[in-house]
Amino acid sequence: MVNDDRLQDLGQRVKAARTRRVLQTQGGGSGRGRAANGMAVGLRIVIEMVAGLAVGVGGGLFLDSYFETAPFLLIVGFILGSGAAFANVIRTARDLDARAARERAAREIAEDDKG
Amino acid sequence: MAGNKGSQAAESHGGGGLDPLHQFEIHPILDIQIGGLDISFTNSSLWMVIAAIVSFSLIRFGAGPGSLVPSRWQLIAESLYTTIADMVRDNVGNDGKKYFPFIFTLFMFLLFGNVLGMIPGSFTFTSHIAVTFALAASIFVVITAIGLVKHGAKFFSLFFPHGAPIATAPILIPIELISYLSRPVSLSVRLFANMMVGHTLLKVIASFAIMLGVVGGIAPLVLLVGITALEFLVAILQAYVFTILTCIYLHDALHLH
Repeated sequence: MVNDDRLQDLGQRVKAARTRRVLQTQGGGSGRGRAANGMAVGLRIVIEMVAGLAVGVGGGLFLDSYFETAPFLLIVGFILGSGAAFANVIRTARDLDARAARERAAREIAEDDKG
Repeated sequence: MAGNKGSQAAESHGGGGLDPLHQFEIHPILDIQIGGLDISFTNSSLWMVIAAIVSFSLIRFGAGPGSLVPSRWQLIAESLYTTIADMVRDNVGNDGKKYFPFIFTLFMFLLFGNVLGMIPGSFTFTSHIAVTFALAASIFVVITAIGLVKHGAKFFSLFFPHGAPIATAPILIPIELISYLSRPVSLSVRLFANMMVGHTLLKVIASFAIMLGVVGGIAPLVLLVGITALEFLVAILQAYVFTILTCIYLHDALHLH
């Protein structure tokens, strides 16, 4: 009888650990290293922003020299690039938010397990 | 003259030279010229070959016998394998299994590129934008091709957010297109910038320690120990981040949001 109880208890613990694991790994690893490091988050957002702008401006300059329409496509590219930069930043921020929410949920489950 | 040469050699091997950018210099080991094209075997290529050999041997000989009670090497190889297998399953989905060999190779190459770069006097090939951008650009082309083959013309629905009014298409489509094209740029710049900044910082602080002498140099030396630990974290983390973003882009191409 004692054995049965212990087995059931173990079964429950394994189940809890599995849910925790699924929650932690959904959408990429525990992600703990990244969320904890403010500088990494900042750098990530800056790079996303600069990359969008760089592609917009670079594409504008290239098309300008190809069609000989300087500087109009550069201006258009700059504006669209800024839009893309913001789209990138918003997407990154949403991703970070979702990750943080998942981590919170995983932590709550872990605390429930202990209590 | 001889002294000058000696100090130069010490600079390149000591890792604490006074020129923090000296470590990023590429010099040919074996000159190869084919039709005016310079394809010399450089120190960068040497360390790429070393990274490839080390990662291959770790998996081939580390996990070799596949015993039920794993040896230490087998444990390392298996945990690396499981980490990436989980990553592919969670981020790409079950149909991402067939891309696992590619993702795993990419991760091992970058991981050993970054980690071997922490050996004093070695060369970190991931600290060059030429290397990281070539990797990111080829990944980008392959993933776009996979998406196009799988979905045909429907692939272009990736460039129009679901549920947006049709009237906004002339603005939204170019913006989404630029955002999509900026992926390889951000992917490569992130890896290159992190590696280069970290290694430059290490060398700058190391030269402080040298310039301040035995007594004053202790503070930068202590800082240097801490930053070296941080650099190891960054080396592993950036290989992981590069791989996970590749997985996420692959997921987008396979499932179109």
